Amino acid sequence: MSDTTTGGGRDSALLLFAWKAVKLAATVALTFLGLLVVTFLIGRVVPVDPVLAVVGDRASKSVYDRVFLELGLDKPLYEQFWIYLQKVLTGDFGQSFLTKRDIVDDIRRVFPATLELATVAILIGTLFGIPMGVWAAVRQGRLADQLVRVFGLIGYSAPIFWLGLLGLLVFYARLQWVAGPGRIDIAYEYAITPKTGLLLLDSAMQGQWEAFRNIFSHIILPAALLGYFSMAYISRMTRSFMLNELAQEYVTTARVKGVPEWRIIWVHALRNAAVPLVTVVALSYANLLEGSVLTETVFAWPGLGQYLTNSLQNADMNAVLGGTLVIGAIFVGLNLLSDLLYTLLDPRVRRGR
Amino acid sequence: MTPLLTVEDLRITFPTRQGPSEVVRGVTFTLGRERLGIVGESGSGKSQTGRAILGLTPPPGRATAKVLNFDGIDLRNASAATWRSLRGARMSMVMQDPKFSLNPVMTIGKQLLEALKFGAGETRAEARARALAMLEAVQIRDPERVFRAYPHELSGGMGQRAMIAMMLVTEPDLLIADEPTSALDVTVQVEVLRILDALVRDRGMGLIFISHDLRLVSSFCDRVLVMYAGKVVEELKASELDKAQHPYTRGLMNCLPKIEGGVRPLPTLERDAAWAV
Repeated sequence: MSDTTTGGGRDSALLLFAWKAVKLAATVALTFLGLLVVTFLIGRVVPVDPVLAVVGDRASKSVYDRVFLELGLDKPLYEQFWIYLQKVLTGDFGQSFLTKRDIVDDIRRVFPATLELATVAILIGTLFGIPMGVWAAVRQGRLADQLVRVFGLIGYSAPIFWLGLLGLLVFYARLQWVAGPGRIDIAYEYAITPKTGLLLLDSAMQGQWEAFRNIFSHIILPAALLGYFSMAYISRMTRSFMLNELAQEYVTTARVKGVPEWRIIWVHALRNAAVPLVTVVALSYANLLEGSVLTETVFAWPGLGQYLTNSLQNADMNAVLGGTLVIGAIFVGLNLLSDLLYTLLDPRVRRGR
Repeated sequence: MTPLLTVEDLRITFPTRQGPSEVVRGVTFTLGRERLGIVGESGSGKSQTGRAILGLTPPPGRATAKVLNFDGIDLRNASAATWRSLRGARMSMVMQDPKFSLNPVMTIGKQLLEALKFGAGETRAEARARALAMLEAVQIRDPERVFRAYPHELSGGMGQRAMIAMMLVTEPDLLIADEPTSALDVTVQVEVLRILDALVRDRGMGLIFISHDLRLVSSFCDRVLVMYAGKVVEELKASELDKAQHPYTRGLMNCLPKIEGGVRPLPTLERDAAWAV
């Protein structure tokens, strides 16, 4: 009898998880190097004179030449890259011409706003999107399925600035259920000391519940709006993954065993559908973290999207490069995370040692 | 003695673009605590017959029957609760290919325990012991390890034994085996069949063995139904297979290679449109 088993349990799963983490860290380092090369080259290719951006177009020739040397632009490209690399690795992205502050400080200021918005949005998108997708798949072709699909289609196709303005008009101006644009009312702004920059977290940790409620009332509308868009995508993907899983033989096996239908759907099928869903959710989250320019504009949200747009319009290349790098890092990080989750969710992936 | 299962005029239809298509057309048989074989070619409706008995006709297909009775219970309009109490506990089915019929992200042990639906005074530990004993009964040498293993960590033969264990652990009265060995290596087939045969015989359960392999069925069952185009064309004792009357059955028999005959090439199976009417 040639039958063999390689007994795999939780222990070996955790060990492999750790090994994979190490292996991926090496991959990530390489990816980052590539990312740095690309951002560096973009900075050199765009038709913006970095010297003029610093000194202004009325500077004299001597001032111009001095700054030209200060910026190291007379050195060969590879040497410039080497200097850039060293600076970036020590956390020095240079200064913003626009705000006159270090890019790192700027990003530390604007990114939490986007992070907070994106996190609340993805929570909404996932918590509603997955059950809706499952529901649509179970009732395929029936009214519930059609409703979910239409609802998703609207989410896909309606312009977000329009929905945002409409939302502000209805829920803020008319019904007054939520607070208006901005992250927090001025009255509360100095009640909390920023620690993480995530205002919901900060206010909760400091026990400022009134401020917390105000912040929540500010964030809920833009987050619901962004969440709606991810929900449209997530529910659609969940539906199709679930339809695929529900047609598998193991579902019939479970029915033959007399397993109740809810367990077949939520345990058997969804557990299998969760594997590809991890990627879908992670990528949606990454997209949200880029900062939605339109949403941030409509809701006067001081986030990454607004900051980057502003920098681009003013040819503030250091800021643009720093922001691009952060976004790249987010994508790499989330991809990494979803890869790691794969190994925990799918025992078949663990075999690939 | 009342039969375990009575099926009268079972019909299964699937809607198609060309109108409804009847894939099972008036199948009638009864089953006691015996082993009944159903043979037929692909698309003859044998698998659908098996699934309809378990109420698992895949939508949008619909199964109807004049009588569909399992141990005094009318299955035709059985409620979801009735089905749940019957499936697994009193009737179950060994599926074709363990590669697809086992949940890939659940351990064998978890899938086995699920069949037991422990509750009635049984603790988790007792259920586990019962599951492990069942794995031993299907001649798995290291039940503890298989219990903890995921389906992809098992070979086909091992997976199918786990499947048999899963379906028999509740000691059902009726077992449907839908081509249980077709996906396995020839060398493993005999072994798995022997295990299945011994367990069914020991427990005295009713068995419906669905296969396209006439010889396998006749060596394994007491009685054989031959299906063609959704109808039972012949019913006979397995031992009297050579007395088959229907030309389709005879044709099937003729297509089997014989050791002494040495006839080459084997005759092609002939089909007559009149048989399907």
